[in-house]
Amino acid sequence: MIIYILCFLLFLVGLYGVISKRNLIKIIIGIAIMEYSINLFFIMIGYIEGSSAPIISKGFEHVNFVDPLPQALILTSIVIGLATTALLLAVAIRLYQKYGTFDINKIRDLKG
Amino acid sequence: MVFKWYAHLIDNSDILEDKMELYLILILVLMILGSIYSLNASDLLSAVISYGIVGFGLVIAFLLLQAPDLAIVQVVVEVITLVVMIATIKNTQAKISQMKFKPKIAIYYALIVIAALIFVIIFEKATGCLNSFGADTMRMAEHYISGVEHTKSANLVTGVILDFRAYDTLGEATVLFTAVIGVLTILRIKGKKEEDK
Amino acid sequence: MKGMTLIVKKITQIICPIIFVFGIYIIIHGHLTPGGGFAGGVIMAGAFILQILANGNILPALRKEEEGLEFLESSAILGFLIIAGLGLLFSGSVVFFANFLNKGQLGKLISAGFIPIENIVIGAEVCAAIAAIFIALVVYKDEESK
Repeated sequence: MIIYILCFLLFLVGLYGVISKRNLIKIIIGIAIMEYSINLFFIMIGYIEGSSAPIISKGFEHVNFVDPLPQALILTSIVIGLATTALLLAVAIRLYQKYGTFDINKIRDLKG
Repeated sequence: MVFKWYAHLIDNSDILEDKMELYLILILVLMILGSIYSLNASDLLSAVISYGIVGFGLVIAFLLLQAPDLAIVQVVVEVITLVVMIATIKNTQAKISQMKFKPKIAIYYALIVIAALIFVIIFEKATGCLNSFGADTMRMAEHYISGVEHTKSANLVTGVILDFRAYDTLGEATVLFTAVIGVLTILRIKGKKEEDK
Repeated sequence: MKGMTLIVKKITQIICPIIFVFGIYIIIHGHLTPGGGFAGGVIMAGAFILQILANGNILPALRKEEEGLEFLESSAILGFLIIAGLGLLFSGSVVFFANFLNKGQLGKLISAGFIPIENIVIGAEVCAAIAAIFIALVVYKDEESK
């Protein structure tokens, strides 16, 4: 159980970054950390003690395998995560070129 | 001395399997420390680099949890993410204004700790119905594993994403395409027609 | 963004084809060993990124390359849909994404019906998408200042 709680603490650290940091890059880092902790949680649920990776090879036809379904879901999720992080970074680049800073408080002041 | 201990460890490989949970806890603590440092770093380059700790720790965790497919994807994706982030913050003003220490800020941190405790208690209540770590929960997976006879794919994960759940992969391709179109829309200022003039 | 020195460029010329072929190997053996379309596609995109970082920002050439990548990505998604639609026609039961090809023997390179073909299509799509994102982020970033 403690391992699930540690995984959730990693999620909370990411949430702290998103809520309380004022730098755009740090907000993006916080979002990515939350995503990683969710990926790890899924794989932990699918893990089974003493079983092997879900690949059949000669001589290993009748051993136990870990659950392949969470791995399949997370495999697509990782690649999508890269694309969405790149999208957020593109927005940050344009904001920096317009206002000359990554600080969201200053960007708010410059409005108008 | 160290070599002897290592040989002993290799001979009795049962010890390694029993301590799987301990290793995972160590890696998770390292990841949490790396993420906290990354969020509190005073300059953006060190923030991005220590964010790499989280990603590469995740790679080791995937390998320990018997997911080699994910480890291969994650290690390459992490390198590309770091390259893209460093390309973004290059030539920008990297210093971050830090908060000075005041009594007010101590209250702020205390509130954060209390909120985290409340969240953890709620999480423990909510996930109490789960089996303990490493227990056998093969309700759904039995169907997919016996489905090898149906797909004839030796890699079960590939069999799941491209045969049983191919709709998921189609949706993933759509989301990836949308993200690329979004990045190009935001970043490309000049259209193709203006360029010809 | 400027290119790097001659040593880096030469070593990149030697290493890049090897990385690219390794990505293709991972895609083709996706149904037998760890890997598959996603992993192989990302590795191939890594070869592209290495080339761009070493040779620097040559805008007209990269613009042409990015158009080609967009074309590759769109046609890969179209190919994925066409393969799925062929299942409607050629399998006995009318099912979208039906595995209509001959399954073969477990563990052989040519087996598992249309899964290797789908792997190739997905690999092309992921490679094109990530390389296009990188070109856009690094190259078009400096566009306004020129």
